[in-house]
Amino acid sequence: MSWYATAIQILLIGRANGAIIALVALGYTLVYGIIELINFAHGDVFMLGTMISLTIVTWVPSLMGLRRASQMPTELIPILLLVALLASMIGCALLNMAIERLAYRPLRRAPRLAPLISAIGVSFILVNIGLHWKGASPVDFPNMHPSVSLDIFRDVLGINTQIFFTVKDLLVMLLAVPLMLALNLFVTRTRLGKAMRATAQDREAAAMMGININQTIALTFLLGGALAGAAGLISGMYNNSAWFFQGFRGGLMAFTAAVLGGIGNIYGAFMGGLLIGVVAATSDFLLDPRWTQAVVFGMLILILVFRPTGLLGESTPERA
Amino acid sequence: MDDRRSTPDDRPAGAGVPAREGAGSDGRPTDGVAGGMAVAAADTVSRDVPEARRATASQRWAELSEQRRNRVLFAVFAIFVLAYPLIDRGLGWNRMGSMNPILVFVLLALGLNIVVGFAGLLDLGYAAFFAIGGYTVAFLTAPQSPLVQRGFQTDFWVALIVAFVVAAVFGVILGAPTLRLRGDYLAIVTLAFGEIVPRTFLNLEGLTNGSKGMNPIGRPHAGDVELLASDQVPWYYLILAILAFSIFVINRLHGSRLGRAWMAMREDEIAAASMGIDLVKTKLLAFSLGASFSGFGGAMYASMLQFIDPFQFDFSISIMLLAMVILGGIGNLWGVLFGGLLMGAFNFIWVESAANWIRSLSTNPGLGFLAAVDLNNSKLMLFGGALVLMMLLRPEGIFPSAQRKAELKGARAAIPVTVPGIEESLHDARQGEQVAGGGR
Repeated sequence: MSWYATAIQILLIGRANGAIIALVALGYTLVYGIIELINFAHGDVFMLGTMISLTIVTWVPSLMGLRRASQMPTELIPILLLVALLASMIGCALLNMAIERLAYRPLRRAPRLAPLISAIGVSFILVNIGLHWKGASPVDFPNMHPSVSLDIFRDVLGINTQIFFTVKDLLVMLLAVPLMLALNLFVTRTRLGKAMRATAQDREAAAMMGININQTIALTFLLGGALAGAAGLISGMYNNSAWFFQGFRGGLMAFTAAVLGGIGNIYGAFMGGLLIGVVAATSDFLLDPRWTQAVVFGMLILILVFRPTGLLGESTPERA
Repeated sequence: MDDRRSTPDDRPAGAGVPAREGAGSDGRPTDGVAGGMAVAAADTVSRDVPEARRATASQRWAELSEQRRNRVLFAVFAIFVLAYPLIDRGLGWNRMGSMNPILVFVLLALGLNIVVGFAGLLDLGYAAFFAIGGYTVAFLTAPQSPLVQRGFQTDFWVALIVAFVVAAVFGVILGAPTLRLRGDYLAIVTLAFGEIVPRTFLNLEGLTNGSKGMNPIGRPHAGDVELLASDQVPWYYLILAILAFSIFVINRLHGSRLGRAWMAMREDEIAAASMGIDLVKTKLLAFSLGASFSGFGGAMYASMLQFIDPFQFDFSISIMLLAMVILGGIGNLWGVLFGGLLMGAFNFIWVESAANWIRSLSTNPGLGFLAAVDLNNSKLMLFGGALVLMMLLRPEGIFPSAQRKAELKGARAAIPVTVPGIEESLHDARQGEQVAGGGR
């Protein structure tokens, strides 16, 4: 394989994983922007998103008397995908909102350490739920349709190249990008989005303007949870596995992405996610997958030490 | 006197309003139980106030008796701890094997308390230094180490000191660039460090034997007598002695110039700096001292188990230590000691016992469904639930330090005042604060 083909391949893999990381990172950045809390449990909400969609993807075919989703009639596959996506998004959104209500809201005026520790506690509970639900070892996440592993360049377009770009890769983008655009539109164009931005800027002043702070913060958790749910489905589909511990590692990666882009900044989280994805893919290829985690976390330390505001932290003061 | 009489009238404005205004003055949420407690505290104080003389006399009595009570409690505790191996054998508990790791973790919790409790720096990667200490000793003494294979076997005691120093150095290396970060960023950096270190030990197979781990590791010895891993009772007393010494040192540190600088820094960095405290030096000292405690603990732990692998040092260890500190009461030495013993017993003994108990119950008719319940699998959930509940119900811990209590419960709570005359003026001043704060 020539070097540029390798480079493009790394970029493609990194971009797909990066999109997943970015979706999770958005949840961190939204929450941090509005209440300055590192929502430690967010990565595990993402993990439960994968679990929910896995359950849907295996349960619906079994209702129809089939063993695998790939045996379903082709025209039903998009519907199944949509159902799984909605179930995962709604489930995670409600879960995230419930967590905020039960574990963070009572502590909003407590010393700053208290909600963080509460978040760590919630994270442990969610991990344990995942462990009981799907067992200790990674579970296979089935391909919904055999065609998702088709290579677009060779099989569909008939171009002879060594670069491997499957329908699955395309699907990741088709799901992730509209979600991010929708979030961006919501935050910048709607009344509720404006309320979120106002609350992030100055909670007390926003309250004086008649904004319902509790509702706005709950909405932020709802949005973050929905994105994490979508990321959960996409991650399961792309990596073909679901594991109760994926949330911890994925969450840390996503947090790194959020910090890299400038925490509190929506574009920053998106860019940071893609960048982290590419860095991880590069490290997988050039070094060794065993070192990837150390590389990413080392990067996190370096960013925080040398540029704690992140890449976009200063240029875009607008926070969501 | 007149000022004090007016207290009950002021109360509704200050602590009695359950909404957000009240929260502003005592700096914590007022909903639910906690708010009620703050109001109750204000109540008792204001009821005492008119009978000033009797109040001070009874207060003095209460103070004395509490001191005495504490002494009695301490004596009972000390006797229990000293005689524990006998009790253990006498009652057939057979928990010596769990007691020793618990004590090591208590030692670590005391070290973490310096960083988190005294200096207010949230460290989520404390296990990294634990690993560094353990691996330093293993590297110097275990047969799998390339150093030992070339014939440089180090004496255990020397290795222990080296581990102490190496961990402190790593504390400075990590601390120096990161300490200017804000609280939660520092937490994430330490968390990342805590992930990198065990992973590095796992991946550097040539130096550390990777996932297979290293054993045996050098043992403590006096003359020709070596302490084996099976000598649980001598190990117990050795760690206990170290623990007692550490408690003594930390207790002295707490009141020292450095200790007071830490606490001043924790409360308000800018004010502390303007009082002439060198923030960088003070923070670094806290960080490296905490790290060296952890390194020391790691060295003892590795030698005690005679085995080390990278999986002993994962994130949950850091969190368990943090939970020990928080549970007992951040910043309070005795609270942390108690919290550490409680969490340790929970983690190493009670969950297992409860799981066995449930299993034995399941043999009874009608309770067969209990056989499927394995509490060991739900440890994380119990643990996480305990953290959340603790934060919601009692964020200051079981035995909060006096300052912390005052911080969380409103200014008048429990700062002991010893100079007789100052009490009144302080009281008035606090009253004023309370009222002023109430309007915020």
